[in-house]
Amino acid sequence: MQKSTLLFLLLLISAYAFHIGRQRSRQIVGGRVTNLHSLPNYYGYYTALWALLPALALLFIWMGFETPVINHLVIGTLPEASRSLSADNQGLLINDITNALNGSYGEAKPELKTTVDYLRSLKIRSNWLLSLLAITLAFMGAFFARSRIHKEHRARNKVEQTVMAFLVGSSLIAILTTLGIVLSVLFESIRFFDKVPITDFLFGLEWSPQIAMRSDQVGSSGAFGAVPLFTGTLLISSIALIVAVPIGLMSAIYLAEYASLRFRSVAKPLLEILAGIPTVVYGFFAALTVAPFIRDLGADAGFDVSSESALAAGLVMGIMIIPFVSSLSDDFINAVPQSLRDGAYALGATQSETIRQVVIPAALPGIVGGILLAASRAIGETMIVVMAAGLAANLTANPLEAVTTVTTQIVTLLVGDQEFDSPKTLAAFALGLVLFLVTLVLNIIALHIVRKYREQYE
Amino acid sequence: MSNRTEENKSSNQGIRTHEIVKAGLHRRRAAEIRFKAYGFICIVAGLGFLMALFGNIIAHAWSAFEQTYVALDVTFDESVLDPEGKHDAANLASADYPALTKRSLAAMFPEVKDRLEKRSLNALLSSGAAYELRRVLAKDPALLGKTERIWLPVDDDVDMLVKGQIDRDIGEGDRRMKDYQIAWIDKLIASGRVEKRFNKQFFTSGDSREPEMAGIWGALMGSLFTLIVTGALSLPIGIASAIYLEEFAPRNRWTDIIEVNINNLAAVPSIVFGLLGLAVFINFFGLPRSSPLVGGLVLTLMTLPVIIIAARSALKSVPPSIREAALGIGASQMQTVFHHVLPLAMPGMLTGAIIGMARALGESAPLLMIGMVAFIVDVPGSLTDPSTVLPVQIYLWADSSERGFVERTSAAILVLLAFLITMNGLAVYLRKHYERRW
Amino acid sequence: MRHPENIPTSASFSRDHIQTVGNIFVKDARIECRSVDVFYGEKHAIQDVSLDVGRNEVIALIGPSGCGKSTFLRCLNRMNDTIPGCRVSGEIKLDGQDIYAEGLDVVPLRAQVGMVFQKPNPFPKSIFENVAYGPRIHGLASNKLELEEIVEKSLRRAGLWEEVKDYLRHPGTGLSGGQQQRLCIARTIAVNPEVILMDEPCSALDPIATAKIEQLMDDLREHYTIAIVTHSMQQAARVSQRTAYFHLGKLIEVGETAQIFTDPRHQLTEDYITGRFG
Repeated sequence: MQKSTLLFLLLLISAYAFHIGRQRSRQIVGGRVTNLHSLPNYYGYYTALWALLPALALLFIWMGFETPVINHLVIGTLPEASRSLSADNQGLLINDITNALNGSYGEAKPELKTTVDYLRSLKIRSNWLLSLLAITLAFMGAFFARSRIHKEHRARNKVEQTVMAFLVGSSLIAILTTLGIVLSVLFESIRFFDKVPITDFLFGLEWSPQIAMRSDQVGSSGAFGAVPLFTGTLLISSIALIVAVPIGLMSAIYLAEYASLRFRSVAKPLLEILAGIPTVVYGFFAALTVAPFIRDLGADAGFDVSSESALAAGLVMGIMIIPFVSSLSDDFINAVPQSLRDGAYALGATQSETIRQVVIPAALPGIVGGILLAASRAIGETMIVVMAAGLAANLTANPLEAVTTVTTQIVTLLVGDQEFDSPKTLAAFALGLVLFLVTLVLNIIALHIVRKYREQYE
Repeated sequence: MSNRTEENKSSNQGIRTHEIVKAGLHRRRAAEIRFKAYGFICIVAGLGFLMALFGNIIAHAWSAFEQTYVALDVTFDESVLDPEGKHDAANLASADYPALTKRSLAAMFPEVKDRLEKRSLNALLSSGAAYELRRVLAKDPALLGKTERIWLPVDDDVDMLVKGQIDRDIGEGDRRMKDYQIAWIDKLIASGRVEKRFNKQFFTSGDSREPEMAGIWGALMGSLFTLIVTGALSLPIGIASAIYLEEFAPRNRWTDIIEVNINNLAAVPSIVFGLLGLAVFINFFGLPRSSPLVGGLVLTLMTLPVIIIAARSALKSVPPSIREAALGIGASQMQTVFHHVLPLAMPGMLTGAIIGMARALGESAPLLMIGMVAFIVDVPGSLTDPSTVLPVQIYLWADSSERGFVERTSAAILVLLAFLITMNGLAVYLRKHYERRW
Repeated sequence: MRHPENIPTSASFSRDHIQTVGNIFVKDARIECRSVDVFYGEKHAIQDVSLDVGRNEVIALIGPSGCGKSTFLRCLNRMNDTIPGCRVSGEIKLDGQDIYAEGLDVVPLRAQVGMVFQKPNPFPKSIFENVAYGPRIHGLASNKLELEEIVEKSLRRAGLWEEVKDYLRHPGTGLSGGQQQRLCIARTIAVNPEVILMDEPCSALDPIATAKIEQLMDDLREHYTIAIVTHSMQQAARVSQRTAYFHLGKLIEVGETAQIFTDPRHQLTEDYITGRFG
């Protein structure tokens, strides 16, 4: 039985449980529902929860342990030679067998045929056993709950407690996510720093992870110096901000202070479309149109521009974050109280003087917060740089040359590579750690500033 | 006395002030106009970028919705297809169809003798032409032994040439078509055997190395499965989380931490979520690589903060008087929330959820990390099949060197944007029609 | 009918529809308003108001909430321009010059007619910069010394100098409410206006701060013309020479302050003064 079918069946059973629970409660009081502690529906929910939750728990636990247990059993039947392989190679072997079972990548090798059959039978048995157990458990839960129903039974409180547990659990997922990010990235990074000293990574000037791919050169010194990636990221992000901040800020000012209501109602959503366009589209635009355009323009002017220039990637990334800057700035400019503007106008200030000398200074903390958020967005942006920036780690500040970025390297290091122990893949996690920490600090500062600012005018 | 002089002085000063202000007026008005113009130029620049982006993509995408076909008189020769005369379907399915097209091309261009030239003649046709013949024959087995004029897809280079995207005027060495190949095509065009037709393949098939055979259906299905997982998880969890934080949670340090944490997660780079997915879901839990299941899980974690923040503000906008009214007639807090507050906040929550899902649909970076970037021809049929998603398909095609993939990439982008615009339009509609202002 | 028939008229205003009791004219007026109407979109906020404001006098505009007194005040330096959908018709002349004339720039007008608002609104800048802002944008000081002189003089006139002279670089928002309001007055004075409009300048202040501001108005009268909107009749009685009573967008009665408060001629004015509504 497919797991999805099983899930559907369990839902059916709990619907049935809802029905019998409700019936039971009505029956106990002979239809005089007011004599019950809770409404009949709550007895229904109570029974349904008893039917569903234990069975679901079993399902998830089973799914968690099924693969390791089956793999262990399969390995046990393999010849001695295979059993003594390293964990990684055993994993590869299991992969082979599983692939053979699924029929992908051609026919199974003949020597694995019995193992594949064994695996198949194990999987089928496991599935049937699970289905049987889960369904039994569901019915047992339902009937147990039904037997518990009596007149004074506080079904509503019990149901509400369960719902509450779900609500609390859901809100903890955000914490767990952060924890998961920190732990997974940190754990792999520590393994990486075992092989490559952290100082080499943070201060080394040369980045060439490909050299270290050769097994005899694992962690060869100097190959994992991430400084060129940091400077490259900084260069492209700076170009992006140089494009986005003035355009975004001036657009926001125009929209908030000058534009007629009609113009604003058209232009603002149009500008925000820019924020909704997937980054892969920007990447395509940068690589196909903007980069060649800039290269040709440079060639006409006598400059030697790389076809993966930092300028092209930065420019397009700037376009992407324009609405980020503009809509946040717009919010903050609108939050500046009218009384301040009135004060300036009453002194005879022109509108632009009021904006430049009173409104913007008053909104500045918020705007700075917005720009920091935009900067964090630029640093973490991946697709545009993967598609339009280079792979070569050049240590340069020249926007016409190709540079590479932290995110580009993470993608390059991890895509396609299955081996999980080489410094090459671990380096990606170390880069991820740096990326996470830097954006975290930026975000926390930015959010703090923004929050303070909001409080100021509330 | 001293008062009088000061008064005089003051009124003199008043006149002086007036004069000074008037003198500076011209300059200040000019500055005003300049400043306003900068603002306007910036908006126009922003909108100009948007137009350039859309114009560029539409211009490239347009031609991808058509594919060039050539009409060949194909003889379904029994001696080639079924030399043993078995007439069973399995045998016919694995027969040598390319031989048929080779023969009919050779019949049409008898002057081509040279082996190399012959090969480039055969290369005019797409490798998908053989599949097309197989399909035709399977549909109508009576064709066996007969000769029929059949429209077959051409190779992507020919397609590009017919669509005018290969420049005939540049030197032979600089383009992918030989002069004599162009001559053959011109001859075919002159005899009315070349036609552009609607590119059905593009919407119905999976990925391929050959541009003329590649389609987005596989990626669309992958996106659909991924979004199903994302929606099924992030919606209930996000709303539950928002309800707890907004309606039940005590205001203390813990909830403060959760709140800061959620706001921060919303700004964490998406690629970091990919790293999390790789380390936790694939390496730790051993879930299948490249699968919509893992993709959906990663995108769930990524969109949760967005949905929670939107749902909380929707809950916040429900006035406290509603809660007080329900609590006042003896409803429990849980009943108040689920019977009264939640229905009122629902449109706002759904709006936020749709916007979050739209973001998830356009996301690609974290999915690269979990292997959804593999080259997958088959259309996925379940949550655990290896698959890719539309944005990643766009990335893959954008990376290919074939000229024919450029227009297909653009077309795939158009399809993706169409979905996104529909979703956002739906969100705007919901907000306009159901959101109440109090 | 816009003018109720039961109003006894004694004004010698040569218009057909006279609605105001009392003498709206003064000799050698600084501001002359004739038949001013103000609309906010569809709403007719001010209806046919004519009034003169004399030199070196304090005129108080009183009336119940929403009667249009603040709107009228804001017409006098065209602050209503900043409100979308607001339309002003009629004639307002400052020293004989129509301030709503086509092509007239509001910048010099507002330099001539300053305004102090209900809630103190110092800019989020230092005390010095707050006062120096007006002279700076208009280029009134040719060097730093002159600017400092203007700032000191203005703060002195606003009665704030002794309190803040050692804290000029501190933010203006850090002052107490009363000090902030006097800072705003100093900011207005620094531009050397001829008229100062005050829109309920004391409503957000405590009695002690209010007393200081009232004293200040009395001092300022020597150099400036002041029009003040107030909710407090005691304040109007204390600071003003003339008082105008507004009701539902109409100017009902105007006259010497003493006369208005002791012997109102219009029923509505009397009802308001005696506290029957408002």
